[in-house]
Amino acid sequence: MAHIDLGNDLPGIRGPMAYCPETSKPLNELAEALLRDDNNTLSRGDRELIGTYVSYLNDCFFCQNVHGSLAQHYMECDMSYIDAIKANPAATVLSDKMKALLSIAGSVQKSGRSVTASQIEKARALGATDREIHDTVLIAAAFCMYNRYVDGLATWAPQDRQFYVDRAPRRAAEGYLDYDLHK
Amino acid sequence: MPHIEVNNDFPGIRGLMAFRPETAEPLAALAEVLLRDNEGLTRGERELIATRVSYLNDCFYCHNSHGELACLYLDGDRELVDQVRKDYRHADISDKLKALLTIASKVQQSGKAVQPEDIAAAREAGATDKDIHDTVLIAAAFCLFNRYVDGLGATTPTDLSTYPPRARQVAERGYGSHIYSTAQPIR
Repeated sequence: MAHIDLGNDLPGIRGPMAYCPETSKPLNELAEALLRDDNNTLSRGDRELIGTYVSYLNDCFFCQNVHGSLAQHYMECDMSYIDAIKANPAATVLSDKMKALLSIAGSVQKSGRSVTASQIEKARALGATDREIHDTVLIAAAFCMYNRYVDGLATWAPQDRQFYVDRAPRRAAEGYLDYDLHK
Repeated sequence: MPHIEVNNDFPGIRGLMAFRPETAEPLAALAEVLLRDNEGLTRGERELIATRVSYLNDCFYCHNSHGELACLYLDGDRELVDQVRKDYRHADISDKLKALLTIASKVQQSGKAVQPEDIAAAREAGATDKDIHDTVLIAAAFCLFNRYVDGLGATTPTDLSTYPPRARQVAERGYGSHIYSTAQPIR
């Protein structure tokens, strides 16, 4: 049971989004620009992975499964690989640049002030551009919002993880703008 | 010095927004609807919630920017704004706002920190579901804005006299693209 009467029984962020379309519009536009717009040198998979990692650190079940399933879809891997990345990105076969960006995202999850100049230097030395660093920080910061919105209102989340995997191809195709919250 | 080269002199989040207008647009639209909507919570109450969360996140730029806006809406009562930052339970504000600030302070820690009794207390003090919704989302949004500003080491003016002119600009014209595309107000 959500903390407030949302007037619908949609899972996760879709509940409050249907409840308040005025705020759902910029929230979805931000997600589209950050996670899905193809005018970006970070792949959709890279960006969904950053969102997944931060949602995992924030212990948000709904978000880490929605975005983990999208990352898995784009990266053409399985959920066990996504789970391994969440648990310890450094121990996986991800590129060194992505590991450096995930380390920055992990710091942002704690606090903006936790990000150090040496983390930024390291990412840059591994080929990250200023815009990639910008987007990494903003994606991580954005999930510190989305996760709190979802859990701060105590929305419900389907517990079967396959639910999220099954929906990922359609979410990827439709994007974050103008999709039907009720489907 | 920001962690990245933003190619402009705008202060705080404005410099980051000018660097990346594609994401600035929805961020500004979100701030506009959350902080300037006149339905339910007042603009002053909304800015106080933003100020409190930014203070808890230790974001100097945001808690001073939004503190100035709250101050404007509260007829210049800077002392009250400062008390909301540090000790809102004893501030001269409504019980409803106190209960909502408790919820916002929990959201700052984690969404999961909000308990049913926090919600019940707010409701008992007269908060509607929409007030609670807006409080949670304002608090969550400032967990974004604060991390964006400090995570990229945005330029933070330390001279507090530079904050009121920008607050007046936002109070008059809102959170549109003008805040990161036009010359910064100096008076």
